[in-house]
Amino acid sequence: MTTFAPPTPRTPAVPADLRRASLSRRRRLTDAVAKAAIWLALIVAVVPLALVTYYVILKGSGVMSWAFLTEPIPRSLRREGPGMGPAIIGTIVITGSAALIAIPLGVLGAIYLNEYGKQSPLARTIRTMSDVMTGVPSIVMGLFIYVGFVLLVHEQSGFAGALALACLMLPVVIRTSEEMLRLVPDELRQASMALGARKWRTTVSIVIPAALSGITSGALLAIARAAGETAPIVLVVGLTYKTNWSLFGGNTALPAQIFANASQPFEASVNRAWGAALTLVVIVLITTLIGRFIANRFAIKER
Amino acid sequence: MTQTTERPSGGLTQRGRGAGADRAFWIACLLAGILVLAILALILITTLREAWPALTYSGLDFITSDHWVTNDPDGDGPRQPEFGALAFIYGTLTVSAISLVVAVPVSIGIALFLTELAPRRLRSAVVTVIDLLAAVPSVVFGLWGIIVVAPALVKVYRWVHDTFGGVPGVGSIFGEPVSSGRSFMTAGLIVAIMIIPIVTSITREVFATVPESEKHAALALGATRWEMIKGAVFPHSFGGMVGAVMLGLGRALGETIAVALTIGAATQITPNIFASGNAMPAVIVQQWGESGGVHTAALVGLGVVLFAVTVVVNYLARFVVRRAEIRMKGIAA
Repeated sequence: MTTFAPPTPRTPAVPADLRRASLSRRRRLTDAVAKAAIWLALIVAVVPLALVTYYVILKGSGVMSWAFLTEPIPRSLRREGPGMGPAIIGTIVITGSAALIAIPLGVLGAIYLNEYGKQSPLARTIRTMSDVMTGVPSIVMGLFIYVGFVLLVHEQSGFAGALALACLMLPVVIRTSEEMLRLVPDELRQASMALGARKWRTTVSIVIPAALSGITSGALLAIARAAGETAPIVLVVGLTYKTNWSLFGGNTALPAQIFANASQPFEASVNRAWGAALTLVVIVLITTLIGRFIANRFAIKER
Repeated sequence: MTQTTERPSGGLTQRGRGAGADRAFWIACLLAGILVLAILALILITTLREAWPALTYSGLDFITSDHWVTNDPDGDGPRQPEFGALAFIYGTLTVSAISLVVAVPVSIGIALFLTELAPRRLRSAVVTVIDLLAAVPSVVFGLWGIIVVAPALVKVYRWVHDTFGGVPGVGSIFGEPVSSGRSFMTAGLIVAIMIIPIVTSITREVFATVPESEKHAALALGATRWEMIKGAVFPHSFGGMVGAVMLGLGRALGETIAVALTIGAATQITPNIFASGNAMPAVIVQQWGESGGVHTAALVGLGVVLFAVTVVVNYLARFVVRRAEIRMKGIAA
């Protein structure tokens, strides 16, 4: 046994002063300033959102009417009056087809990453590259589709716009779906396999349904994002004034109309831009909210 | 076991019915995954091929000259169109720099608020605000910027110019404001609003990986909240914060429509951040409609430069974030 030095007599037990007031003034001040700065940062972010919302609602509601949502777009920028119908239909047609292209491909890609590739070098490369692809500017996607598609078929069309938006959505859908597939418990897969189901059956009828709510909400968020993309639409779709339900032939979309009308010196066209902005924001918000609702309501609980 | 002749031997490893479907499904998934790589490669190849005439036409001038003359200035005369994108590269960098200077402290502040300061009830409200900020399309910010913000900021710019314009050195940054208010500064501020959500969400994830034990230790040693943040949170998350800033930079470099509307479309290199300028993506979208021939090729060339830069920035950013995360989790484990 080792011997210990006799304990030095302790300083009389004065309870440490733990009140804030015991801190030096400098430390208290720095702390207060830092906290104030953090609150300020919050306000800096909230104010623009509030202002944008305020102006979009204020100016947009001025021109909003049933006629605005359905009438064709006036050819003269100067002319007062309604009309964004073709752009609304264009937005729905183009974004909808983009979703039809991107979501199945994205989910398949995610299945590859999570069910087959896992940590293989190829899967890791695809994962990194889809992250990188989410950062590719939308205008570059527009240029790509223009060069790779519009120049080949010699026509700007809604389909070209859908392709560009699909390219933008694809990596987002892949990454969010993969996250969701990862949450599906392995026991489900093992149970299905043990019953003799093949891997594709297991994936299609067990794994996907289990992750469906997450995949849906991720897809809706990607759609909301794509609906607001402007640059690719401006490059590959062009502008028309008539309603076009077809994917082919000239078309138009709300973001492109906002862009075209915003920089005009005419009151009438700027008003239409605000109206279109309000319509677009409402479409985007509804899609986002549905996505969030599904995500919260039907989420798989993380185990 | 009795031999049953009717039934085929049902081994568990049979390569019978369904094996084809299994294989087809695997191939479909693999192809969808590879599609990402294919698209990235195709973007580079097709745009580079299309831009080639302009790149050979201008040579190195494409990135070193600031003369951007799209139409033949005097018909068949001696002067030729020129495509030097330096002014636009400068504009892109200036706008991105301004937006980062504004957005990064704000984003870090919000992320700190969410992870360290916020009462539980307020937290979800703030997350919603950030999500909404990310959901607003950039063209709507652009519309707001050109109609509301730019004219309103002219007065502020003028005041700053009058106050600080005379200071040697800094004065040239705060030069004479352009009367429309459409300037590097306006574009930078609008872009800042748009990159706050992404920088915030990544920094927040990084802050969340700081081990609770270290935070508690700092507080137990008597640190104030701020001292705990400075001593425990920041050193841990430095790498991740750098990555977040780079992701924000990638977004800012490529932002097109809002910049196109608010930057003022002038081809010039000036230190004055209250002057009009232009940026690469904005130029593409502004001049696309009226371009043809080499001009179109030159615009595609701008896209190639943009693509290369953003891919590199994003790749590095992901790399930095991932490395920081791995290091963080290693410590936490």
